[in-house]
Amino acid sequence: MSEQQLFKVTIDNITIEVAPGTSILQAARSIGGDVAPPAMCFYSKLQGSGGKCRTCLVEVSKGSEKDPRPMPKLVASCRTTVMDGMEVKNITSPKVVDARAGVVEFLLLNHPLDCPICDQAGECHLQDLGYEHGKAGTRYEFQRRTFKKHDLGPYIQLHMTRCILCYRCVFTADQLTNSREHGVLSRGDHSEIATYIEKSLDNDFIGNVIDVCPVGALTDKTFRFKNRVWFTKPVDAHRDCPTCSGKAQLWMRGDEVFRVTARKDEWGEVKDTADGKPGWICNECRFEKKAANDWVIEGPSVINRHSVIAQGHYLGLKKPEETIVKVMSGQQPRFFMDIHDVSGVNKPNIELSLINGPATSDVFNETKKD
Amino acid sequence: MGVKLLLEKAHVPGIRGYDVYRSEGGYRSVEKALKMAPADIVEEVKKSGLRGRGGAGFPAGMKWSFIAKPEGVPRHLVCNADESEPGTFKDRYLMENIPHLLIEGLIVASFALGSNATYIYIRGEYAWIVDILEQAINEAKQNGWLGKNILDTGFDCEIYVQRGAGAYICGEETALIESLEGKRGNPRIKPPFPAVKGVWDRPTVVNNVETLAAVVPVINMGGEEYAKIGVGRSTGTKLISACGNINKPGVYEIDMTISVEEFIYSEEFCGGIANGKRIKACIPGGSSVPILPANLLFKTAKGETRYMNYESLSDGGFATGSMMGSGGFIVLDEDQCIVKHTYTLARFYRHESCGQCSPCREGTGWMEKILKSIETGKGKMSDIDLLWDIQRKIEGNTICPLGDAAAWPVAAAIRHFRDEFEWHVNNPIECLNRNFGLAHYADEIHVPVTA
Repeated sequence: MSEQQLFKVTIDNITIEVAPGTSILQAARSIGGDVAPPAMCFYSKLQGSGGKCRTCLVEVSKGSEKDPRPMPKLVASCRTTVMDGMEVKNITSPKVVDARAGVVEFLLLNHPLDCPICDQAGECHLQDLGYEHGKAGTRYEFQRRTFKKHDLGPYIQLHMTRCILCYRCVFTADQLTNSREHGVLSRGDHSEIATYIEKSLDNDFIGNVIDVCPVGALTDKTFRFKNRVWFTKPVDAHRDCPTCSGKAQLWMRGDEVFRVTARKDEWGEVKDTADGKPGWICNECRFEKKAANDWVIEGPSVINRHSVIAQGHYLGLKKPEETIVKVMSGQQPRFFMDIHDVSGVNKPNIELSLINGPATSDVFNETKKD
Repeated sequence: MGVKLLLEKAHVPGIRGYDVYRSEGGYRSVEKALKMAPADIVEEVKKSGLRGRGGAGFPAGMKWSFIAKPEGVPRHLVCNADESEPGTFKDRYLMENIPHLLIEGLIVASFALGSNATYIYIRGEYAWIVDILEQAINEAKQNGWLGKNILDTGFDCEIYVQRGAGAYICGEETALIESLEGKRGNPRIKPPFPAVKGVWDRPTVVNNVETLAAVVPVINMGGEEYAKIGVGRSTGTKLISACGNINKPGVYEIDMTISVEEFIYSEEFCGGIANGKRIKACIPGGSSVPILPANLLFKTAKGETRYMNYESLSDGGFATGSMMGSGGFIVLDEDQCIVKHTYTLARFYRHESCGQCSPCREGTGWMEKILKSIETGKGKMSDIDLLWDIQRKIEGNTICPLGDAAAWPVAAAIRHFRDEFEWHVNNPIECLNRNFGLAHYADEIHVPVTA
């Protein structure tokens, strides 16, 4: 593309040139940092997504060079394309900051805030959003809504109460799999993601709905309650897979593979593979290959995101030195007891993912069970 | 007596059938229009100043001229008969009594826009009207007004009636299009506008029933003649469906030159407030427009008389005015409780929100819960400010106008009737047994005099 065809757009007083047809959000992401508006529903790899969550609202203070009028309302930056000479205000507009705080409050209104028992915690976009753009308290004093539980089969766990209805999983099922078996039922604040008649989701690429879900509404049943994401170490790995690219990210602790996901970029979206296509992975890679020797490990992966999971990588970390020996002038530390021998909690024979709900002492109390 | 253009013949016996309608001068506009060039018809409608009768009041001729005309792509006209706004029932009356008028308008508009397949999207609750319309379409077809090669002009047109499934949101034009395509009725994100990408991604014009029916007199009389009726930019006649505490609820055709006071109290129209009560408030244009207290209803904030037309009703903006909207005129007498009324509306919008975008999905439910607690005497003073803050954060931040429609009634109720809300909070037990009454809402407004 020649130089003249590029559009000049100014976002928060930073001017860049982008190709025509780029959305304001994508332009802001190419600047990066605080200038990029948060996006909960937009997913650049899914056609038709975006415009629903309203967290990416920005103010357009100048429409374009030809038509300098400002836009009357705040616009969803993910679905508004840039014009030449457009001026956009994101964090520099008090209107936007105010509206965004409102949207965050709305999104958290009926959210259960069960982060301590949620598998998504640590890599949850709603946590990040609330932390960065929300207020400390809520003004909502009523009971939060609940839903009838739906079972989506052996792989995918649905927690409808956590859902923010971003529609990403609906687009994923439409665009990646042969047939979509789930969708949005009902309307308004009772609308829910479900299969109308209880049915399991087992299409070949349906596991990707877990990756696109910004919150903990769709989680991996094979990883359920096994570990916190920030304790596991992400490594890039690949295997020879007949159905998908086979390039994935393993979340390991020691030699154990706790879960397998697609590789994601700093916006939480699936990275493109070498051929330029999004690197979605198939169900077999995601759910069945949980042994380290199924995979060829390439090395630790860098997580370039601001959430807690960014703490879990190896790169740039100094290995801590053993200080006790130094402090105790050469004396080795002595164990009083091995906690694992005496603890009643450490029962590897109990499969935590089969328990409906968080584990309590009752689960481990074998004498009581008998 | 005012001018009547749409309902003039509505009470002729047998007007629902083709023969009587034709003998009363029906389908003259089609004969006239099909001899004109399509662009001239659009020009004629532009000249008439006809504004959309569905609520927003956008000039119909302008809307028609925006339609994209790419080569080889069919265009469509869609008639929005999904009249679900609480308080509005004018389209129902028109379609029930004089269905051929709509069909006639549709044929003219289809010819002007080049639509060979025209759809009437009718709300599911109007089940019996579907039969009336389909009978009218069949009669029109038998007499050569529809089908192939109409009046030997080479123009083909078919009209199909599609029933909705009972969703208010499907009255929003892009949600209507989605629903017409057989999908979930979620509004689309604009742009692209329907004039560029509408039904099946083809250029589409969506117009209200009354707008399309009004095309008939526009063509018969000529645009300039039509523009002489009415006042200012409010041209022609408007159907008003009046309801609430009035003596004569019903559908009235007005020529937009009468005052609000005359409309409510004259024998020709509403016939005054029922049971000799006094008027407390009124929603002049369907449930989603701001409610006005009696003193601001008859006189604007500047002390001028308020008339039943687009400009006068919206005089003063949202601070002291309202909107013409869809013409659902709801009158509340002194015994009505504004808090309960607002709660009822909030409940409606909560139920009808499509759930697509977060401010509307979560905000409407929140407002409903707060209003319910105030109504049942469990409210706090801070709740009123909270309500204000919620509506402010919904308005303008949603995909479609339903968010605004849910926010405006709440905003206007607090703006004008704040002391009634406060009374509910301060008298939690009394408010369950007694209403706040008229209070000072009909008192003369002090108009500041400039030196």
